[in-house]
Amino acid sequence: MPLNYADFNCPSYLQYRFESFTAGGRMWLIRAWQQGEIKAGERLAQILFTCVTCKNCVQTCAMPGIREQLVDIFMAAKGELVEQGLVPPSIRDYLKAMQTHGNPYKRPDAERARWAEGLDLPRYSGQAYLFYVGDEGAFDELGIGMARSVARLLGQAGVDFGILGEAETSDGNDVRAAGEEGLARALAETLTAKLNDLGVKKVVTLSPHAFNIMKTDYPAWGGAFAVEHWTQVVARRVRALAPAETALKVAFHDPCYLGRWQGEYEAPRALLRAVPGLTLLEMPRNRQNALCCGGGGGNFFTDILGHGGDQAARVRVREAAETGAAVLAVACPLCLKMLDDAVKAEGLDDRLAVRDLATLLLAMR
Amino acid sequence: MNDIHDELVRIVGAAYVSRAGEELYLYGRDQGVQPPGRPDYVVLPATTEEVRRIVLLAGENGVPVVPMGGGLVLSGLTVPLKGGIVLDMKRMNRILEVNELSHYCVVEAGTTQGALQAYLARRHPALKHSVPDAPPVATIAGNVAIHGSGHLSQSEGGFHSEMVTGLEVVLPTGEVCRLGSCSTVDKWFSRAPLPDLAGLFLGWNGTTGVITKVGMKLFPSFPLKDVLMFMTEDIDAVPEVISRIVSTEMGEDITFFVTPKPAYFDGFQMTNVHIVARTPREMKLRQALVRESVQPYLDRKEAGFLPLPAHMKVNLLAAPQKSLSEFADIRKGGGFEYVGSIMPVESIPGAYRAGLGIAARNGVTYSMGARVVGRGHAVMFYYAFPFNRADEAELQSVRHALEAANRAALDLGGIPWKTEVAGQRMILARMDPATVALMERLRALLDPNGIMNPGNWEVAP
Amino acid sequence: MTELRWNPDICAACETVDCLEKCQYVRYSPEQARGERDRLIRGEETAILTDCVTCYACEEYCPHHNHPFYLIVERQEELGIHPVPKPIEKSQVLMMGPKGRIVPEAVRTPVINLCYFPMMKGAIRGRLLGDASVIVGSDIFCNLMFLHFARNSTIRERLPQMIRNIMTHYLTPGGVDELVCYHDECYGTYTSWAPAFGIDVPFRPVHFFDFLNRRLEALAGQIKPLGLKAAYQRPCSNRLCPETDAWVDAIFEKIGVERTEREFDHGNALCCGGVMEAQQRFELAESNRERNIADMKASGATMAVFNCPFCFFTLAEKAAQAGLMPVMMSDLCHMALGD
Repeated sequence: MPLNYADFNCPSYLQYRFESFTAGGRMWLIRAWQQGEIKAGERLAQILFTCVTCKNCVQTCAMPGIREQLVDIFMAAKGELVEQGLVPPSIRDYLKAMQTHGNPYKRPDAERARWAEGLDLPRYSGQAYLFYVGDEGAFDELGIGMARSVARLLGQAGVDFGILGEAETSDGNDVRAAGEEGLARALAETLTAKLNDLGVKKVVTLSPHAFNIMKTDYPAWGGAFAVEHWTQVVARRVRALAPAETALKVAFHDPCYLGRWQGEYEAPRALLRAVPGLTLLEMPRNRQNALCCGGGGGNFFTDILGHGGDQAARVRVREAAETGAAVLAVACPLCLKMLDDAVKAEGLDDRLAVRDLATLLLAMR
Repeated sequence: MNDIHDELVRIVGAAYVSRAGEELYLYGRDQGVQPPGRPDYVVLPATTEEVRRIVLLAGENGVPVVPMGGGLVLSGLTVPLKGGIVLDMKRMNRILEVNELSHYCVVEAGTTQGALQAYLARRHPALKHSVPDAPPVATIAGNVAIHGSGHLSQSEGGFHSEMVTGLEVVLPTGEVCRLGSCSTVDKWFSRAPLPDLAGLFLGWNGTTGVITKVGMKLFPSFPLKDVLMFMTEDIDAVPEVISRIVSTEMGEDITFFVTPKPAYFDGFQMTNVHIVARTPREMKLRQALVRESVQPYLDRKEAGFLPLPAHMKVNLLAAPQKSLSEFADIRKGGGFEYVGSIMPVESIPGAYRAGLGIAARNGVTYSMGARVVGRGHAVMFYYAFPFNRADEAELQSVRHALEAANRAALDLGGIPWKTEVAGQRMILARMDPATVALMERLRALLDPNGIMNPGNWEVAP
Repeated sequence: MTELRWNPDICAACETVDCLEKCQYVRYSPEQARGERDRLIRGEETAILTDCVTCYACEEYCPHHNHPFYLIVERQEELGIHPVPKPIEKSQVLMMGPKGRIVPEAVRTPVINLCYFPMMKGAIRGRLLGDASVIVGSDIFCNLMFLHFARNSTIRERLPQMIRNIMTHYLTPGGVDELVCYHDECYGTYTSWAPAFGIDVPFRPVHFFDFLNRRLEALAGQIKPLGLKAAYQRPCSNRLCPETDAWVDAIFEKIGVERTEREFDHGNALCCGGVMEAQQRFELAESNRERNIADMKASGATMAVFNCPFCFFTLAEKAAQAGLMPVMMSDLCHMALGD
């Protein structure tokens, strides 16, 4: 019923298949709710909170003037439900953990330094860049591995950086994507104050999620520093890496918060192209048309979309396997885990490996 | 009612049945001006077997069944008039076969136009199917169930229902039937030479059964494309112009449109001729033959082909036309509905004049045009009225305009296409009583419990 | 009512009838040409009035500057001859008419007149042109294109108001007395057509290539010669100001581009064919285009350089298909500066 140029690539629609779980469906239902034609309840909450904010609808909607606002509208609708206390339990728990612990893993701040153990990385004290790893880089097993690889890669590329270690706090991007604008802003203001105090001029992030909120929103909330994603910083220095030759066939998964949200599709590809002999096999859905791994909107932590063969991440790894690639490369710690789990669920682990770009490049020596 | 719900859950799984207010709201309406209905359930089947069991269940309990594809018909034909089960067919979306030599494909009913188009472009680039000017989520089965037409209708044999080579259907009484050659042999290449049963389901708007598979003709896909835009200022010349161009057999899609905005189009008519070719030499020849066919008009300077720069052609050459979606929101408020009427070519001037009158009397913005179907055997003439959905007065005006357009179509010797209940009744009132009686007998035979999309195509309210 | 200022006696006495004899699109014997000339003088129907492809060239061919082309257009209109089909003509009159949407803007010298080519705004940038003020829109449109539609009347009707708009809203408040015309057609309007019809032009028109040439001179140290061979597409409207063709060479010299020697350049330039298409003469347009591009290619050029956006729209795709990179003159100059 909704017009649906956007349907084919929407993770929630792919999974639920009711038109209510499409961008158009959500628009109609939000209007009906605001006009008093339907009442907000569990189902509406489920429909709204399963939007992973991937911006596929913004990309494909045929209506200029409307398309740009779609995800903002969905996030605002989530916010309205949060205020009314109509939040699915998994989202509620996630937000509560963020509020109470400052991270979704419920780990103490002191543990935020653990990821860097043994790497001998300097604390930030005026270096050119601050390398920010965020919650996943500090607490998620695969994220930690990726953070370590990126740190080593930045070093090899000659980037002068320091880290915050246990002084890091959450960036707030996913909290906002889950409807809690107020909490996101509070987290942002805490972090910006910290960075401003330290005199940070340039931030390089591990996750595209942090990159997104810091680049677009932090300036209005007091941030006085420039922000880049690590692929962008390394892409400029890729010649310094001198990777060795390989016969590897690699597919690249565009992360939504680097791609559709921030328009960066080429920096990660520049890294792959720098490896002699490496074949980049583009998936049919690439760049602006990439199929989200399903990790956004807080789903990475809440698992609100659940699992099953139609789960976006599983559809995506099937698509990657079909290209004949041996490796599915990612640039985001959330994509990394979502797709790695999906490969196992699909029984593809004997022929497709999910690797972050940094780990992959480090292996090419 | 809980028994029915529980049974539905047993058939398709809990994840694919909903009776939540949100789904009932959404599936109870479409983007047009018809008043909303309200289903009791929305169900998403994945297999023909599931459809069969659902239909049996519905029949046993007297519950209406409304099959739905993309839900883009705009005249409410997928909106349940009497409650019941809306069957959203889009999970049944597998492309089962593409026969490259015999030029047909077999798809599950809920396969979308976009999915088939993309699949063919990637895997069988020498072949294509005829696509309607609708968003790509429109389904193959939904479109043939309403006698849709599209960009190959002029050159490749008419309405999309005429391009069907076979069907698999679930009857209202639960039997699964294959119709066409696939009933007898393992190929879906033709409906002839068997007695044609597919016609019992094409154009019947879901009132005779549920289509679960469709065999569709495919056509050669040529790499070179161009479009010529022929501008006239005399509406009465248009039928002759179309007839001449069609008779060259050199064009693919031939469409015609008039629009009051922008102002420099007001009072003129544009006939677009799409041409495809394998080589530049072929393209030149086709273009020359099309131009020659209207040479008298060029000589008298009465009409001419507009020079179109390449960047303007890009939008015109897209199939489907995305600009239609933008036009649909021209009043800002996202409401859009059109009366399509199938008419003979000579009705165009009358239809145009009637349309101007209807728009003026009802104070609505309009756009009008036609697509040639078959080698000039008919046109699908449309009166399109965008409206602001939030403006009830505007909605009312458009309702009146659409009703007037239906009546005008019939008066001009045409027939409203995929029309809502009021239009259906207009048609039935004028139809040969023996034909009406035959339709009713067939409905009664196929659907003794009256469960299939009830309220549609019924003489007595 | 502004009249065309031409001297019938000059035409009557003309020995060579160059206007028709040199025309690339008709083949008249000297006797036929004289017959055409005589009927034109008398205002009678005659073959040239329907044969003419409206390429403006005879304005250049006439050694007496006696405006043979403007006369042809006058006669066409007097006799109700429509070179372009009537619906297209009428639609264009509406489409290109003043919309009354002029936005006054503070301008400073240099002021570049983009006429009614808003899509060319992107060309006014960089070290070369970035400091220029730009004026553009339907309300300052020169309307000269209506020469192709046998409508001197439309130009007569609209041009005085366009000039007033330019002065009132831009040049006078800005204290500017000269106007750089991006397109030959504008420049031709103010230096050829307006004087021919007795319309006063209160500002000094500057040809875009004259301006580019001076700019390039000032930026000489920053130019990196391109070392390219280019075929130049001389537009129809340059026939109204042929003396400006020499600036093409001056510019090319500065930016290190060779203007390839070819048959259809300078006095023998071919119309891009866009207007022939509007006149529904498709085979002629096609053969014109093919000859032109084949000639460009045969001359060894790797680029096709345009001044006129309409020529560009008409020829760019075919030029590219033939392996010639199509580029506007302004962009070529930007390239030479690395902008």
